[in-house]
Amino acid sequence: MTDFAIELAGISKRFGAVQANRDVSMHIAKGSIHGIIGENGAGKSTLMSILYGYYQADSGSIRVNGREVRIRNSQEAIRLGIGMVHQHFMLVDTFTVLENIVLGAEGGLLLKQGMEQARAHLLQLNRDYSLEVDPDALVGELGVGLQQRVEILKALYRGADVLILDEPTAVLTPQEADHLFCILRALREQGKTVILITHKLREVMDITDAVSVMRAGTVVGNVRTADVDKEKLADLMVGRKVSLKVDKAERTPGAAVLEVRGLSLTDARGVKLLDGLDFQVRAGEIVGIAGVSGNGQSELLEVLAGMVEPTSGEIRYHGKDLLQEKSSQPRAALYRQKGIAHVPEDRSREGLVKSFPMFENAILGYHNDKTISRRGLFSRQALLARTRDFIRQFDIRPDNAQLRVGLLSGGNQQKVVLAREIHANPDLLLIGQPTRGVDIGAIEFIHRRLVELRDAGKAILLVSVELEEILALSDRILVMAGGQISGEVAAREADTVSLGLLMGGHKQ
Amino acid sequence: MKFGQPSTLPRWAQLSVLPVLNLLAALLVTGFVTWLIGEDPWECLQLLVSGAFGSGEGIGYTLFYTTGFIFTGLAVATAFHAGLFNIGGEGQAYLAGLGVTLVVLAFDHTLPPLVLVPLCILAAMGFGAAWAFIPGWLQAKRGSHIVVTTIMFNFIAYSLMLYLIGHHLIEAGSQNPTTREFGHNAWIPALHQLAAGVGIELPNTPLNLTFIMALLACVLFYLLVWHSRWGFQLRTVGVNESAARYAGINVSKTIMLAMCISGALSGFAAINELLGSTHRMNVSFTNGVGFVGIAVALMGRNHPVGIILSALLFGGLTQGGLELSFEKPVITREMIIFIQGLIILFCGALENLFEPFIAGLFKRKEDK
Repeated sequence: MTDFAIELAGISKRFGAVQANRDVSMHIAKGSIHGIIGENGAGKSTLMSILYGYYQADSGSIRVNGREVRIRNSQEAIRLGIGMVHQHFMLVDTFTVLENIVLGAEGGLLLKQGMEQARAHLLQLNRDYSLEVDPDALVGELGVGLQQRVEILKALYRGADVLILDEPTAVLTPQEADHLFCILRALREQGKTVILITHKLREVMDITDAVSVMRAGTVVGNVRTADVDKEKLADLMVGRKVSLKVDKAERTPGAAVLEVRGLSLTDARGVKLLDGLDFQVRAGEIVGIAGVSGNGQSELLEVLAGMVEPTSGEIRYHGKDLLQEKSSQPRAALYRQKGIAHVPEDRSREGLVKSFPMFENAILGYHNDKTISRRGLFSRQALLARTRDFIRQFDIRPDNAQLRVGLLSGGNQQKVVLAREIHANPDLLLIGQPTRGVDIGAIEFIHRRLVELRDAGKAILLVSVELEEILALSDRILVMAGGQISGEVAAREADTVSLGLLMGGHKQ
Repeated sequence: MKFGQPSTLPRWAQLSVLPVLNLLAALLVTGFVTWLIGEDPWECLQLLVSGAFGSGEGIGYTLFYTTGFIFTGLAVATAFHAGLFNIGGEGQAYLAGLGVTLVVLAFDHTLPPLVLVPLCILAAMGFGAAWAFIPGWLQAKRGSHIVVTTIMFNFIAYSLMLYLIGHHLIEAGSQNPTTREFGHNAWIPALHQLAAGVGIELPNTPLNLTFIMALLACVLFYLLVWHSRWGFQLRTVGVNESAARYAGINVSKTIMLAMCISGALSGFAAINELLGSTHRMNVSFTNGVGFVGIAVALMGRNHPVGIILSALLFGGLTQGGLELSFEKPVITREMIIFIQGLIILFCGALENLFEPFIAGLFKRKEDK
């Protein structure tokens, strides 16, 4: 039987005390798209690293095209026709697409000859898989979606028959993701095998032929996609029943907490990032901002959090314009003091200091809080007590307040940020991409907490590129396109089609 | 999950085994060079160690040098925690010396020691801080790289002092580029004098009260950096500026303040030398103390305990090296600087040279 491109049998791998993979077996059919799904830390990436030769398995065997192999490094993997597209791209920004693709496979001493051959080959690949990448463009000037295609081209150029993609849509807009899926389907038609690592159920349902579900280092299910549904997969992944629906009762919102008038932001090159925004967020409601990423949502959050000064407009908070307030401290500190909490979109770059222990991250932004200092010095006990509260209330794992935050999984990192911002008992919560890179079990938890806050009468402004999330949580939905609000929809009446049109810039 | 092997070495091994191995490697190379120039390496090492730690007098001198290195080490570490590489400790100590000298020359015959010495310390801190503030301001407000500006400021300080001492502060009628001797009111008491006061006899060395101040500074540094609000802001700015902005920390103010504290700490090196030992200022009084501070901070991993230990190492090396060069004329002062350079190379630049090897040993032990 050689119907399988890859067969893994009994793979185990241990890092110190952590059993990353335990007796993992799976068969990946030739010419199929095979999903590997699991929560963060379920062992997906480790398994693929073993297949790509970064790690050696402690035990178990790998067969490629029916032949048992040992893959000692990535060169051997490439020789066996295995290619990998990393989550973080391995590209040289200042090189052209062509230069990046031949990098490491220049084919001869003189660059010119190899380049000409590479160009011909590349154009051929471009046509075969409708990748639409300009070989002479500088990689640094390409968008994320195109850079990813360069990575795919790189693997194909090296003769990959099996392509591993590690969380490929984490960095893409929905449109870019759709385009990527078209490319993957084209690859399948040409007989290539695709392994898709993800934790998004929708992707698995949309595109894969078969799926392996991993949990805690083991495979808990190898199924044909046609035989399962989202709920079944989610249950397998988490190991218990999860509800993807958010239960929330109708509620009449109170007075406006935040009112934005004519808010504009122009960058140094004169590009309008925010263009005359008017909207309000009332007590006891969640206002969702939908939109393709890069249409001003990030800038809006930063302006409202006081990290960036707007060019013009008013930010009225409880009726008073915040921009008129004079203060010797930075605006971000002032706003926070007034009860505006902010869970930033990019939690690992802004919301946390990864090298600090959890108990220091638990006070980031609130370090001037009088209750945690005594005679100018932090009370270590007060910090630890507060952190232990967070750990208990938000079920943060592992429950060690001294642990460096960088060692936590994405979901637990997000819980630290959320716990900290909610602890301040804010009147207004700004929250960006609350569940980006967060596993399913934690998503459910975070969504429930947000609804609880809303029911407690807080005003919440939610920015997310996940339409499902916006639809599930929001009471009202604003759609942003090109720095403007292109429409407003009540959540009850909203659906993906109408929102999609608004996201494309069609005004109401 | 990230690719690539994480460091598997336990923390205690990182902090103890690696520095010791690096030090041994440096000594091994030194021994080889010593052998090349025709001396017995083992004998030289014995002379070096006994020169530094073999007698009360040697220890006194060693601790005297250590004092200056602790201060400049702390100075570099302070800036480092804010993500800044302050190469300008030398120039800052130099300018601090100017501040001290100006105060002393003006008041050493009018003010009593209990007023004059604190005033001198304030002047040293102020001048050191001011000289560090300018590169700090340029970095925070104009984006000029601090490494470049602090190096330039070392040269500016050197030229300025050469001019001032040569033309204005020089002792009337002297051929040497030094000031007049400071009045006794400006002398910081040596420890042997203080000990004699309570009936304990210590050898006569320039080790003085500044040493106690250095130890106190280490305690303060620890509390400030790891237990205070300001230290929290400092470290946040140092490792993640975006997070600092998010948290409402004033980044440019933190950077400037960090540089000022760094400069003020460097200033104490001038106090140790001028008020504790030479009692006059000459052109080359800093003698590289600021540069050694960089190595001390690097090797001490920017932690006060590490800084004390590595300052002691460099202090011992300075004192032992001087003794060695008395005994062995072939081993010149340059040779000692060469050894220092090797230690800096192995402990600083090649910090993790032996890490994979040691990590492998640990792993094998674990697997058994």
